[in-house]
Amino acid sequence: MLVFIVRRLGTMVLTMVVVSILLFLLLEINSAGVAIKVLGPYTSEEQRNLWLEANGYFRPIYIRYFSWLGNFIVGDFGDSIRFKVPVGEILWPRLASTGILGLAAMAVVIPLSLILGVLAGMREGSTLDRVISVGSIVTTSIPEFASAVFLSTIFVFYLDILPGTSSMSDGFSVVQLILPAMVLILYDFGYVTRMTRASMAEVMTTHYIRTAVLKGLPYKTVIMKHALRNALIAPFTVIMLQINWLLSGVIVVEFAFAYKGFGALLLEASLNQDLFMIEACAMVAVFVAVITQMIADIGYTYLNPRIRFA
Amino acid sequence: MTGNGSSRHDKYDGPILECKNLSISYFTRAGEIPAVVDFNLTLNQGDSVGLVGESGCGKSTVAMAIMQYLGNNGGIVGGQVIYKGRDLATLSEEELRQLRGNEIAMVYQEPMASLNPSMTLGRQLMEVPLYHEHVSEAEAAKRARKILADVNLPDPDRVMSSYPHQISGGQQQRVVIAMALLSNPSLLLLDEPTTALDVTVEAGIVELIAEIAKKFNTSMIYISHNLGLILATCGRVNVMYSGVVVEEGAVDVVFDHMRHPYTKGLFNAIPLPSADKTARPLVAIRGQLPLPHERPAGCYFGPRCDFFQAGRCDVPAHGSTLAMSSVDGRPGHEVRCARWSEIDWDAHKPEGVSGEETPMGDEVLSITNMRKYYELHDNSIAAMIKGKRVRYVKANESISFVAHESETVAIVGESGCGKSTFAKVLMGLETATDGEVLFNGDDVSSQSVQKRSPKQVGSMQMVFQNPFDTLNPSHSVGSQLARVIKKFGVETDKDRIENRVMELLDLVKLPRDFARRRPRQLSGGQKQRVGIARAFAGNPAMVVADEPVSALDVSVQAAVTGLLMDIQREFRTTLLFISHDLSLVRYLADRVVVMYLGSIMEQGTTDEVFAPPYHPYTEALLSAVPIADTSIVKKRIILEGNLPSVMNPPKGCPFHTRCPRKIGHICETKTPPFAEDGEGHIISCHIPMDELRKVDPVIVQADSKSDQPAAE
Amino acid sequence: MFKSLALIRESIVGMVGLALILFWVFVAVFADVIAPFPPNATIMPMALPGMEGPDGAVFWLGTDHIGRDILSRIIHGSRRVLIFAPLATFCAYAVGIPMGLAAGYRRGMTDDVLSFIGNIILSFPVLVLYVIIIATLGASAINILVAVTFASAPGIFRIVRGLALDLRNREYVFAAETRGESPWRIMMIEILPNARGPLIVDACLRLGYVIITIGVLGFLGLGLPPPDPDWGGMINETRSMATSFPHMTIFPVIAISSLILGFNLLADGLREVSLRD
Repeated sequence: MLVFIVRRLGTMVLTMVVVSILLFLLLEINSAGVAIKVLGPYTSEEQRNLWLEANGYFRPIYIRYFSWLGNFIVGDFGDSIRFKVPVGEILWPRLASTGILGLAAMAVVIPLSLILGVLAGMREGSTLDRVISVGSIVTTSIPEFASAVFLSTIFVFYLDILPGTSSMSDGFSVVQLILPAMVLILYDFGYVTRMTRASMAEVMTTHYIRTAVLKGLPYKTVIMKHALRNALIAPFTVIMLQINWLLSGVIVVEFAFAYKGFGALLLEASLNQDLFMIEACAMVAVFVAVITQMIADIGYTYLNPRIRFA
Repeated sequence: MTGNGSSRHDKYDGPILECKNLSISYFTRAGEIPAVVDFNLTLNQGDSVGLVGESGCGKSTVAMAIMQYLGNNGGIVGGQVIYKGRDLATLSEEELRQLRGNEIAMVYQEPMASLNPSMTLGRQLMEVPLYHEHVSEAEAAKRARKILADVNLPDPDRVMSSYPHQISGGQQQRVVIAMALLSNPSLLLLDEPTTALDVTVEAGIVELIAEIAKKFNTSMIYISHNLGLILATCGRVNVMYSGVVVEEGAVDVVFDHMRHPYTKGLFNAIPLPSADKTARPLVAIRGQLPLPHERPAGCYFGPRCDFFQAGRCDVPAHGSTLAMSSVDGRPGHEVRCARWSEIDWDAHKPEGVSGEETPMGDEVLSITNMRKYYELHDNSIAAMIKGKRVRYVKANESISFVAHESETVAIVGESGCGKSTFAKVLMGLETATDGEVLFNGDDVSSQSVQKRSPKQVGSMQMVFQNPFDTLNPSHSVGSQLARVIKKFGVETDKDRIENRVMELLDLVKLPRDFARRRPRQLSGGQKQRVGIARAFAGNPAMVVADEPVSALDVSVQAAVTGLLMDIQREFRTTLLFISHDLSLVRYLADRVVVMYLGSIMEQGTTDEVFAPPYHPYTEALLSAVPIADTSIVKKRIILEGNLPSVMNPPKGCPFHTRCPRKIGHICETKTPPFAEDGEGHIISCHIPMDELRKVDPVIVQADSKSDQPAAE
Repeated sequence: MFKSLALIRESIVGMVGLALILFWVFVAVFADVIAPFPPNATIMPMALPGMEGPDGAVFWLGTDHIGRDILSRIIHGSRRVLIFAPLATFCAYAVGIPMGLAAGYRRGMTDDVLSFIGNIILSFPVLVLYVIIIATLGASAINILVAVTFASAPGIFRIVRGLALDLRNREYVFAAETRGESPWRIMMIEILPNARGPLIVDACLRLGYVIITIGVLGFLGLGLPPPDPDWGGMINETRSMATSFPHMTIFPVIAISSLILGFNLLADGLREVSLRD
């Protein structure tokens, strides 16, 4: 088990290194371009060269990479071109806001989809199963930007009970969190439900469930003690990987509702060529994704005795 | 509640189980499919009844109906299942629950799949008393531990805290049996409990089951496709065919005086280790099992029966089929045949596979000291520190033997014996680590298949085990055969390739229009025939057949075996027949090579290997084979312990951990020498040959003198 | 493949999905005939659904802020989705399948290297990847195609690799090896055709997902440049008015969702019938 974790950590570090090289190559290889982005298009060649010289852009490429990486590791991401302040000052609060949004969504998605998935998978082919299955397909078929518009129309235009934007300009507001969270939930719960259902349905057809039933265990015990334990291994991984997906989802949702979070920041940075901000956001996003992937893998191994005691 | 179990048997003195005119159907999109029709059974206290038949005959469905567990699409459509006087159909779900696992318990075919992978075995066992007798945790654990000892599992405490994958298949099955016995049930259902196990492990389980029946006085229903196992475990037998019982009675009566042509056909189709092809040719049952909705009216076996008489056998007399009639003079012997009393079995001599000997030719294959080691990279931290990152798995160790033109050499062994690796090296998918493999005079030991000439490749081909994936489901039979012909350069012209495909189909006795069919439209036996045609497409000098019939039903087995032998004889092909089935090996092999954990234990002519002196492993293997012949008496040898892992084989003699004749320290430390008893009969054992010669034969005809091996 | 397509008739869910897809295919093919107005013509701004235009023609779904008929734009927009999504999906498969086959069949180093690359790409949150690629390279048809291929191929790679790992152990593959067939032939002729079932289901799901992606890019303003109608773009352009004129956004939303739903339902139906036998 320890070996496994160490090896997993190794892959994680390697992944991050490769990602950092890719980002560096993609965004900083053309140093003239960097200068234009930082100083603006109307600067003279001389000014740019001065800036490049001052910031060490004339050093050999590998030295530039390592110094860039070194700064990155100690948390110095450079200054935002757009906001003219250190990237970290903007990034961390934004990440926290997104964390709140994500947590709110997950707090509903996880219990809801696990319960629905188990109920559907327990008796495959039953009316309940059909309703849940089709329902979850329909909700996952509505893209977030579509449901954002759709829900706004209902709750803002027709019912007029929720605010249409979530910029939180007057401080944190739970009411403003509802619509963005709802959009995330609506899109995501269907997927997790279907995965849970599939896993549960598969477990219900296994021979060991037959053994448990024919052993004379009450149906409730068969489900709770024999089926769930095995059926929830797969959804666990799926849920952990949803965090990766969530980082995508928030871009759309935050954009749609003007929510000041990480996703909106990344989008703005990209549209405004805010170079160092893009780098920082991308690295953070991949870091979060890789970490959750690792937790998912380790958790999967831990939950699965066949691998744990191999 | 203690004592519940034992008192339960005393209170009730009627039959434990009665099935009355039981009919079971499955309901699919295509409509109702009758799986079992008119099934009757009366089981008294302590009875053991066998249900025997080929796949699809409905035997497992009967067990599931008794358990009232037929799934969403199955149901009892007629008749009753009565357990101790209570009709199970009238019971509530809760009443059923109290019966299941408590009074009626079941043992399943695949032990690994039947145990919950993420729950300790102890917990799974303890659940039975916890939920049925509401005892305390401590009491449940105590009982679980005791029952594990009862099923002869060493170290019950370790087993209790293990997960299923941590113990071997044989041990898993013992745990499943223990689980079934925990509540001391009145009725035990065993559904092919040993089919997934190796033959020496099977022997141990069969013995355990027989012991249980005696010790607990439990009534048993034993379901199997293997007649020999039924003989070893049951008092009565029901022979099933296509959803109906065709014959029932006491085991020795049915085995010795069968009256139904199907029962007779089954016995004619199975090889016995006491006889070879010349003494007792196999007779296949023609045709194939009808699908449930294609069953003929009257006798379901009619179209395949040699005694079929129109106007009598095809007239339904009882529902859609015939009625059972008693065979006079023998109580309880019934048969579902319209003509049983008229058939003169002595006058009927079915034409079997002719067993004439063909003279051997020149040496085709000669293997000397072939070894195949795999490197295994150990990535654990401990190994990194020690610097021992690479370990060797000795898949094949010092393999030496020869095979001649037109000769059949059988390679026998259980799982992990290295048969598959050996086949891969021969075929050039792996290269040997060391040694020489001369094929037609060329050393191919280090020549991968890519480096062999098309002619070389075509002259050594293989027949595979699993009919369900021996053919590519995406391509037609014809195109697959054509590809082989083209690849080996037998023909190049399109029309001539087409012709050759037709010839090959003729060769394996399949209709020519099968060329256009997809594999899924073929039955298992037909697919194996195409597989044989494919192997013979390049006019091979040698064919390696890897368990070619083990996945087929017995009646089909005989036909495919016969076909393979006929073709071999016609082309004077060398046949390397890899098998775990000693009966079949006895039947068709000229020479036998016995392997265990990658090494050859014994080799010689078939007669030599099947008679003393034996290698102790051969002896155990022979003793483990179930034999469907009441006149045979076998020596009883049950091997202790597990089959060791190939990854970590024992030092010295690989068999020493389980050897009942182990002589001492030398077995654990030194690789035994190859001792010769007459020319070509080689035994690898530390026991002196003179000692081994004194060993009694394992298989003896009961009425013959005990010093006469049955084989002679 | 054709067997499961024929069997789809037995799945209600699948049939509904197929009907939705065929409806949009029909609309796309006959867009010029069906659409009542030219898609980019500005006629009458802010018309509500059902209002009559200057020459008596009806705006069934109303017009947008600069007076273009929404129904006509949706009808013409279907062309873009139905050409782009399958094309992008096809490109992703063209890259993912050979790599997956090679990794799953050959294993060893090939597998290690390809899997590592795949995992790195997959470790990017998908949309982050799109946004970075499109923002760096600029929004054009080719770049969107490249981005979709780049982001989807690893997922396809992973599925194909898994299937190949399983299928390589079949005896017919072993048989092909023993007669000395080339690895290429074994992968393409012996293995790939038998992986088609799960791949068809995956392709349907992926098509739905690519449609979402193209829509999202349009919605974020990173999609294909105007003025040609693009469903995601239509929603983006009018969403600031969604609270006063919901018809401008709601109809494109229904259009894109119904097409995605079609693919998802078809995938589910195909999976259902393929599991049956």
